[in-house]
Amino acid sequence: MENNVLLTMRGITMTFPGVKALDNVDFTLRKGEIHALMGENGAGKSTLIKCLTGINAFEAGEIHVDGIQGPVVNHSTLDAQKKGISTVYQEVNLCPNLSVAENLYIGREPMTRFGTINRRKMIQGAQKIMQELDINIDVTENLENFSLAIQQMIAIARAVDMDCKALILDEPTSSLDDNEVEKLFVLMNKLKAQGVGIVFVTHFLEQVYAVCDRITVLRNGQLVGEYPIEDLPRVKLVAAMMGKDFDDLASIKSDEVVDYSNADVYIDAKGLSHKGTIKPFDFLLHKGEVVGLCGLLGSGRSELARVIYGADKAQTGTMKVNGKEVKINAPIDAMNLGMGLLPDDRKAEGIIGELSVRENIILAMQAKRGVFRLLPMSKQIEIADEYIKLIQIKTASKETLIKQLSGGNQQKVILARWLATNPDFLVLDEPTRGIDIGTKTEIQKLVLQLAGEGKSIIFISSEIEEMLRTCSRMVVLRDGAKVGELTGELTQNRVMQAIAGGADK
Amino acid sequence: MSTIKKLTKNTLFLPIFCMILVMAANILYDAASGNFAFNFFTISIRNGVLYGRLIDVLNRGSEIAILAVGMTLVVSASAGTDISVGSVMSLSASMCCMLLAGFGVASASELQVPLIVGFAAGVLMGCVCGAFNGFLVAYLEIQPMVATLILYSAARAIGLLLCNNLIVYIRAGSFAKLGGFTGPIPTPIIVAVVCVVVMILILKKTALGLYIQSVGINKKASRIAGLNSQRIIMLCYIICGLCAGLAGIVNASRITSADSNNIGLNYELDAILSVALGGNSLGGGKFNLLGSIIGAYTIQAITTTLLALGVSTSEAPVYKAIIVIAIVVIQSPVFKDYLNKRSAKRAARARG
Ligand SMILES: Nc1ncnc2c1ncn2[C@@H]1O[C@H](COP(=O)(O)OP(=O)(O)OP(=O)(O)O)[C@@H](O)[C@H]1O
Ligand SMILES: [Mg+2]
Repeated sequence: MENNVLLTMRGITMTFPGVKALDNVDFTLRKGEIHALMGENGAGKSTLIKCLTGINAFEAGEIHVDGIQGPVVNHSTLDAQKKGISTVYQEVNLCPNLSVAENLYIGREPMTRFGTINRRKMIQGAQKIMQELDINIDVTENLENFSLAIQQMIAIARAVDMDCKALILDEPTSSLDDNEVEKLFVLMNKLKAQGVGIVFVTHFLEQVYAVCDRITVLRNGQLVGEYPIEDLPRVKLVAAMMGKDFDDLASIKSDEVVDYSNADVYIDAKGLSHKGTIKPFDFLLHKGEVVGLCGLLGSGRSELARVIYGADKAQTGTMKVNGKEVKINAPIDAMNLGMGLLPDDRKAEGIIGELSVRENIILAMQAKRGVFRLLPMSKQIEIADEYIKLIQIKTASKETLIKQLSGGNQQKVILARWLATNPDFLVLDEPTRGIDIGTKTEIQKLVLQLAGEGKSIIFISSEIEEMLRTCSRMVVLRDGAKVGELTGELTQNRVMQAIAGGADK
Repeated sequence: MSTIKKLTKNTLFLPIFCMILVMAANILYDAASGNFAFNFFTISIRNGVLYGRLIDVLNRGSEIAILAVGMTLVVSASAGTDISVGSVMSLSASMCCMLLAGFGVASASELQVPLIVGFAAGVLMGCVCGAFNGFLVAYLEIQPMVATLILYSAARAIGLLLCNNLIVYIRAGSFAKLGGFTGPIPTPIIVAVVCVVVMILILKKTALGLYIQSVGINKKASRIAGLNSQRIIMLCYIICGLCAGLAGIVNASRITSADSNNIGLNYELDAILSVALGGNSLGGGKFNLLGSIIGAYTIQAITTTLLALGVSTSEAPVYKAIIVIAIVVIQSPVFKDYLNKRSAKRAARARG
């Protein structure tokens, strides 16, 4: 082994029923480098990581870790941890019903002299860890009470806090805002300086160029190559991942500013609120309009949309849909009015893990039809096939369990679920979370196409560029309250200023 | 994939395999003790009705099979078990017999109300109990085990009150029909078959199965997708109660009396076990109704076999426990994983 190499994986091969997830893949991680692992949805990135940490049993290949004689086979995440490999998986896998402090210290709780858990020390330690990341939360509260972004930060904090030689981050930034990403990068650079090797998976290309030293690209389970960052500019990286040239930055929306204020009103909400999440707000949405919700983490972006949809029941205020006063007590009421909501937390609120792709796609549609009007199987198959093709869901078959799909492909299935209901109004909360650049552009185009058909859309994304590409108006939120709106020509600067609390109104 | 592998991957493989194991034990025993080897399967006609060990298993297993139908849904939707079904059986039987005999009457040969009213009241009683359990679990979000513990201990006692602390005998011949014979066939078998078939039809023709599994797997996501998880869980408990009521009156008819202290005693355990033996996870979510039914008859087959082997009723539970442990271990994910990893390793070695 070269003397600065931390770990090598050679000829890793692994098959799932119906899919060759990895085919003879090599990967090398060196000390003090940040190494991007790139590829489209379903390319095999997470699978490669899980082979390393012992969650997946690979069929062929060898893993060598610096300082350990002979090939290494880990049997569990814990096993890998003992060898200095610390991992944050794509889906946050902490315990929702334990406190933040307990989650941070699971499996390595500080003990008292009497062999019981030293709670005080644990809580103090947890507070310190979170403060270092500049996150001010009550560490004794249950994890499930926090947003996905905070949970993701907690998962990262936990992994980082353990002494490790190699840190593996599988899409850690998928639901983080620029601010948190910045914090994470500072942390990563600090670890890098200490000689830790970091594997970084992301679909955000700017982030790759901001911190990484080296890139390994996978495509369809095969290794495309390993490149120093200088040798692989953005265009080439995209081509390597997709196997063809593609301009992901090309404009998809006409630059002309469209004024919707004369269009038919779809939703007219007055004084809606939900205790503890969002203060009373007014909201007007026209037909054919795409409105973006922007604000810092915890500003109430998702919460505003959830109140409209009835995912959190509105406690005050009135709402008119198509001019008629309506009362929404539960999501099904909203659905019957033609609404849909793609939630940001895919694992907790999106997928029904043990059901098949087909069942997941038709679920909302079936719920709308009611229990007695079962969609005929032939129709179910037709719909599933249609959407698998339309948004290119990569799955072995439509009967594959959704939990066996790669993260990005799960996201596409949930999107398909809502498209299948043919809604008049759709809330898309981080719709492109974990989705690769090619498909991301496809989805953005789809959003504009839906709007063109007269459908109204609320678009929420932690990525401002993405909203600029699709939205014609932005609602600005701060601390759980709607503080303003941006119309006219939207620019990155204007939006950033508004979010930070600048004057632009 | 080879045919064998395809076969073993089928969800019903293990339940059926276990069933066959129990039957094989019967064959071996009979052969070893010099009897006709297929004694277990011989069906003859005596006194105009079907007779044989297999018929006995099917007949006596009816109540467990009926209970298993409801239990499967409850387990799937709420990731918990309804431990009150045995007691609810008893309460339903008491309700039915009390109405038929009149309050405070210990033995009646004249029915006070039409038979159908008595039966309906018994089944309805089961539904009410199920609704009570369902309300606690779905709306008050009490742990299923705790919620159903209430009726587990109370239902039997309420039944005893209804019967004025008596064992109420119904001596009218029509009452015994449900637990007796229809032509040559034991009626409980017919009731169980109808119950199972109706449920299968409901699951096939409506979206109930999808709803139940969806709620059982991920309640939050189901809600966002437009399902009313509370109503669905409630419905499952009501169906479970209905099944318990039905099993209760079948059992009462079998013994032509409402013996509150003994009807349905420990049946909840058999019902839960059926679901587990059927390859269903007690953690909720996906379910396989046929698996549970096979599980129910497997349990009865074990019991009948043990009794046929001359094991006394008091010792039988011990042997039953040993067999059940073996079956459950075979089906456990850890064991399956172990087998999978072993075959993967062997395949890897074969490739070199
Ligand atoms: N548990 C599983 N069972 C069956 N197939 C699986 C399983 N996990 C992953 N796969 C398949 O393996 C392939 C690679 O998946 P993987 O999760 O590694 O993709 P990925 O590169 O991480 O994609 P994404 O960017 O969407 O997260 C996919 O085709 C997926 O369907
Ligand atoms: Mg992945």
